Amino acid sequence: MAEQAILSARDLDFFYGAAQALRHITLDIPAGRVTALIGPSGCGKSTFLRTINRMNDLVPGTRMAGSLTFQGQEIYAPGLDVTALRRRVGMVFQKPNPFPMSIYDNVAYGPRTHGERRRARLDELVETSLRAAAIWEEVRDRLKKSALGLSGGQQQRLCIARALAVEPEVLLMDEATSALDPISTARIEDLIGSLKERYTIVMVTHNMQQALRVSDRTAFFLSGELVEFSPTERLFSMPRDQRTEDYITGRFG
Amino acid sequence: MDANLSRRAWNLLAKLALWLSAAATCALLLVVIGYIFLRGAPGLSWELLTTQESILRGTMGILPSILNTLYVVLVSLALVLPLGVGAAVYLTEYAKNRRLAWAVEFAAETLSGIPSILYALVGVILFCNALGLQKTLLAGSLTLVIMTLPTVIRTTQESLRTVPRSYREGALGLGAGKWRAIRTVVLPSSVDGIVTGCILTVGRVVGESAVLMYTAGLSTAMQDFSTIQGILRASGSTLTVALYVYAKERADFAIAFTIATLLLLLTGLIHLAAYLAGRLLRRR
Ligand SMILES: Nc1ncnc2c1ncn2[C@@H]1O[C@H](COP(=O)(O)OP(=O)(O)OP(=O)(O)O)[C@@H](O)[C@H]1O
Ligand SMILES: [Mg+2]
Repeated sequence: MAEQAILSARDLDFFYGAAQALRHITLDIPAGRVTALIGPSGCGKSTFLRTINRMNDLVPGTRMAGSLTFQGQEIYAPGLDVTALRRRVGMVFQKPNPFPMSIYDNVAYGPRTHGERRRARLDELVETSLRAAAIWEEVRDRLKKSALGLSGGQQQRLCIARALAVEPEVLLMDEATSALDPISTARIEDLIGSLKERYTIVMVTHNMQQALRVSDRTAFFLSGELVEFSPTERLFSMPRDQRTEDYITGRFG
Repeated sequence: MDANLSRRAWNLLAKLALWLSAAATCALLLVVIGYIFLRGAPGLSWELLTTQESILRGTMGILPSILNTLYVVLVSLALVLPLGVGAAVYLTEYAKNRRLAWAVEFAAETLSGIPSILYALVGVILFCNALGLQKTLLAGSLTLVIMTLPTVIRTTQESLRTVPRSYREGALGLGAGKWRAIRTVVLPSSVDGIVTGCILTVGRVVGESAVLMYTAGLSTAMQDFSTIQGILRASGSTLTVALYVYAKERADFAIAFTIATLLLLLTGLIHLAAYLAGRLLRRR
């Protein structure tokens, strides 16, 4: 089956001031799959992820070159509506970051931002998103309570629900489980497995077992370059590049 | 053995010195507060608070000064709050020119430390004379806006900066525009700092005397607040200024101490409110 690319990078360079964080990245991220980004610390995984929803715009003095497209549209095109892009490309952060408001208001934040005012529709979105994020049963009786009272793992699933509530096409996850205990991590991994039917997921992880467990494809980054991008099983069983092999066998990084 | 003994002696001595300074501070405070209360509290009466002075009947009332105080607090707060919070949001969230923003912040920092008599001078020149407001409560309030603006800007900026970056990223990541992120997530999470800053500003306004003496007038007679004209032209003393007027110009110390008692109670209430508001809002 020919996979359709939803995100394509061509010779993508990215700079923080004078420091180059990404070098000539070229890859196609398939729609409806889980793509994992791995590599040693500082190799540019987060930077790449944050170019996709232009979160790097928040950092002053950054610059990109080359091409990065989302469904054929140039993400860095001048005049592109960044809020519309971020609506279609959601993000879950490393540290759970629920807003200091109720669980309900957290999930409804995105839809309300995009103009949804109908109470019934909001109720429905909140419930389906919380169900999709496998946290509905735990919070259904306390929707009006502050989200800050949840455990770390619950907060992260709430953040996933919050991201799903705007009905994005792509979900970016930057080490979304690294701050969580093993049980919460397992739940979120299960969740990713169930979400990939409807979403394209791009996830950064430091945990190679996790990449192996949940992803279809894996990209190995090193010093701002993309070294290898293959189906996950192949990358871990017969890496084509010596550097990939060194990394996955723990010989460095 | 010897060393141990002298260490214990030193410890004891240090403890004693600390205890003494703490006791002295407490005693001093208690004496001041107690003295004011003893001399002022007996004069407090419902009539005093709700009437104005009548020379004919020979009765004393400070309602005009209470109303004037209320006027100054409300007007200056109504102006300084949007101005200060707006400026702080602009400086921390929007200003592209970091050098300019830094210069403004530095200026605000400096301005918040200068003695209030200098603001009185500015108020006299700017509002009373140049703008032709003369000595009015309005001119006084405007001067107090200038005086308290730096503090409101600074406290707001400080609380804006304590808002975790992750809140902004979370909101922007959901497709919120910058202003929406600020309005719905950033400002609500810094509201405790802003409210506390405001209440302390009220405290400063209530306690200010130099500025108002020169810009707002000294009259203790009732002002007309029933018409726009009257509100614009009203000129008179707030409680602190009235205290000065009675004590200094009429040597009526009984009433001065009563006003002092009232001010003491008021300031205590304001600080309590600031404390409670801060706690309540932070807990959310
Ligand atoms: N805001 C920033 N300003 C300047 N340089 C940055 C910034 N963020 C990242 N960098 C630099 O860009 C390079 C890539 O960083 P990035 O955060 O993308 O790495 P990473 O692969 O996500 O690392 P980690 O696994 O530690 O999260 C690093 O050299 C880093 O120092
Ligand atoms: Mg990272």
